[in-house]
Amino acid sequence: MNLDLAPADRAFQQELREFFANSIPEEWKKTVRAGLRLSPENLVAYQRRLADRGWGAPTWPKQYGGTGWTPQQLHIFWSEASVADAPAQFHQGLELIGPIIFTYGSQAQKDFYLPRIISGEDWWCQGYSEPGAGSDLAALRTRADREGDEYVINGHKMWTSYAHVADRMFVLARTSNEGRRQQGISLMLVDMDTPGIRVSPIHTLDEKHHTNEVFLDDVRIPAANVVGEEGMGWNYGKVLLDRERMVAAATAMFLPQTLRAVREAATRRKTAHGLLIDKPEFKAKLAQVEIEALAVQAMVLRLMADAAAGADSGPRGSMVKLRWSELTQQAAALWVEALGPKAQHFAALDDASVLPEDMPFALKGALYARVTTIYGGSSEIQRNIIARRALGL
Amino acid sequence: MQFAFNDEQQMLRDSAERFGAEEWNAAERLKRLAEVGEGAAQRWGKMAELGWLMLPIAEEDGGLGGGPVEVMAIMEAVGRHLMTDAYVSHCVLPAALLAGGGEHCAALLEQVGAGQVRIAAALIEDEGFDIAAISTTADEEFRLTGTKAHVEDGADADWYLVSARTAGTSGERDGVGLFLVPASAEGLRVQRFRAVDSHRHCNLTLEGVAGIPVGTVGDAADRIEAALDLAIVAHLAEAVGSMEAAVEATLDYVRTRQQFGVAIGSFQVVQHKVVDMSVACEEARALMMVAASQLAGGGDARSLIAAAKVRVAQCGIAVAQQAVQLHGGVGTSEELIVSHHLRRQMMLDLAHGDRDYHKARFAEMTR
Repeated sequence: MNLDLAPADRAFQQELREFFANSIPEEWKKTVRAGLRLSPENLVAYQRRLADRGWGAPTWPKQYGGTGWTPQQLHIFWSEASVADAPAQFHQGLELIGPIIFTYGSQAQKDFYLPRIISGEDWWCQGYSEPGAGSDLAALRTRADREGDEYVINGHKMWTSYAHVADRMFVLARTSNEGRRQQGISLMLVDMDTPGIRVSPIHTLDEKHHTNEVFLDDVRIPAANVVGEEGMGWNYGKVLLDRERMVAAATAMFLPQTLRAVREAATRRKTAHGLLIDKPEFKAKLAQVEIEALAVQAMVLRLMADAAAGADSGPRGSMVKLRWSELTQQAAALWVEALGPKAQHFAALDDASVLPEDMPFALKGALYARVTTIYGGSSEIQRNIIARRALGL
Repeated sequence: MQFAFNDEQQMLRDSAERFGAEEWNAAERLKRLAEVGEGAAQRWGKMAELGWLMLPIAEEDGGLGGGPVEVMAIMEAVGRHLMTDAYVSHCVLPAALLAGGGEHCAALLEQVGAGQVRIAAALIEDEGFDIAAISTTADEEFRLTGTKAHVEDGADADWYLVSARTAGTSGERDGVGLFLVPASAEGLRVQRFRAVDSHRHCNLTLEGVAGIPVGTVGDAADRIEAALDLAIVAHLAEAVGSMEAAVEATLDYVRTRQQFGVAIGSFQVVQHKVVDMSVACEEARALMMVAASQLAGGGDARSLIAAAKVRVAQCGIAVAQQAVQLHGGVGTSEELIVSHHLRRQMMLDLAHGDRDYHKARFAEMTR
């Protein structure tokens, strides 16, 4: 692992700095630092800016319109994005369905869908979880029945993030009840404007609308919208596992954004004995989280080295997800702590009342962070994966 | 040490439990939260009818003279059912702050007991939770000038109890006075906010606002601190009630939620987490009850209360976080009550001093 930058990398870094200096409006930054997603319009605007520079798909190979960056270049990109308070790109198209399409999809699917993901034209959502199928995803019951050239989908999806803005959804549905539960699951691409789809918001503790239930009632899609072979959907998920290490890596790189917000808030906060940032107890607490964040970033470097060497990362992706999600919770909680009693001022009750600085972002971030140890494989499931796959238990 | 309620306290507890189940039925929670004005006023009226609002007012002030343990009997139910009615802020705290404070105070307390007025305490400023760290001034005619950074449950108050200096500088205990100010006072600006637990707070900006002094002028630090002891212990009882309810909800959930063909409560990793939650409840309940009895017995309870404030907050937040975690995605939904418990635990930590503040205070008192 070479941590020194080659001259070409240094030039690349400079180029990125110039780009980010002009591409991140000030009003995005508090939301980004809270680990919250920007509004869909702003995220699409950001995606377009990247795409205009040819950087729309940083983790994709060149042949599909990606940057073809080396892991080292990717790491530089994420580092600079992190420093600039740039948002994480919306990952469900870029990191989840895109790579499956270019690995298993038909030529027609590749030609049609991939450019639209990069340009920001299509927003994708993931129709996986169901009321009875969360950690145990293979228990899913949404059915897709073949009728001539079509499939007819019926079912109920839960926790479908951004279904309310998505143009398309990739859906895991059961096409057969034979054999093992994992067999007979197919992966399908569904246009959200197809008749029979109903999206209903799920209200969550952070008071931000980001997730939904999706009801599919006799939703007819062309048979050509199945990805790869019928009944092989579960196996394609394996690509996801590999990609998810990239998602975990990218997200972990953004931890310092929240920690900068903590430091700034503590530098403003007065106490009876001077500024909060000068109090040894607080300094020690902030240092502890910063140290653990550095450790996670070192873990990310190892992941990137694996990727560069084409090596299997084993459980490292799960380990980064585990540690990153715990740290994002701690960092956001520390931000709330730094605000003190003013963290109780979440929403103004009339026009004459002005919210304190950092509110409601810090608190929304702290509440939203609770879901990071639940989504994308809960911490309990990640530990099971490590125990089974890495430790052979 | 007495850990059981006497008959009278048990009756209070049962009555509060019934009130919570009727007025704050979990299935109707979102509807309750949406109706802030009229619904809240009706509940407050019912609480007055039940005699709760007279309970913490001293007998000398015309009240029932209930102590920390009687208040605890009510507050546990407030926590279990997550009632947002500000019993501590609008009744327990003003009753203590105004106790024996003169004729005007007694008259106001009579109205508090009848549920006719709400009084909120404006005690802290930009320099944090220390009640002596205030710079708001009161001149010789008791005109108040300064800002109060946060008034717990102050958004809908009719009166404010404002601490202000008649002498000295920020950090000094001497020279702290306490004054009554009506919400409609000239020169008073109120900014109102909702917190994530649906409590409604405010901050105050005062410019030469006429105040009515409470008790001996310039000598209020002890009065304020003693009153806060009572308010804090009441909040601890609420926190414990809420923790226990969150554990019960989690137990129900892990027993019924099926994944991988079995109830998730059959997995040892889940069992151990619920066990840790129940240990945290026991720890918090024990400490809270010991602190309440010590305060009720008239002994020096201050460092014990600071210790309990720290530990109950730590346990409460950890329990509520795990309750959400074990519910999975649905634990973060507005519809289920578990995340409401988490939000309340986070905010209870901040009310009248967070964990770090009371930890430092404990260290000072015990060195």
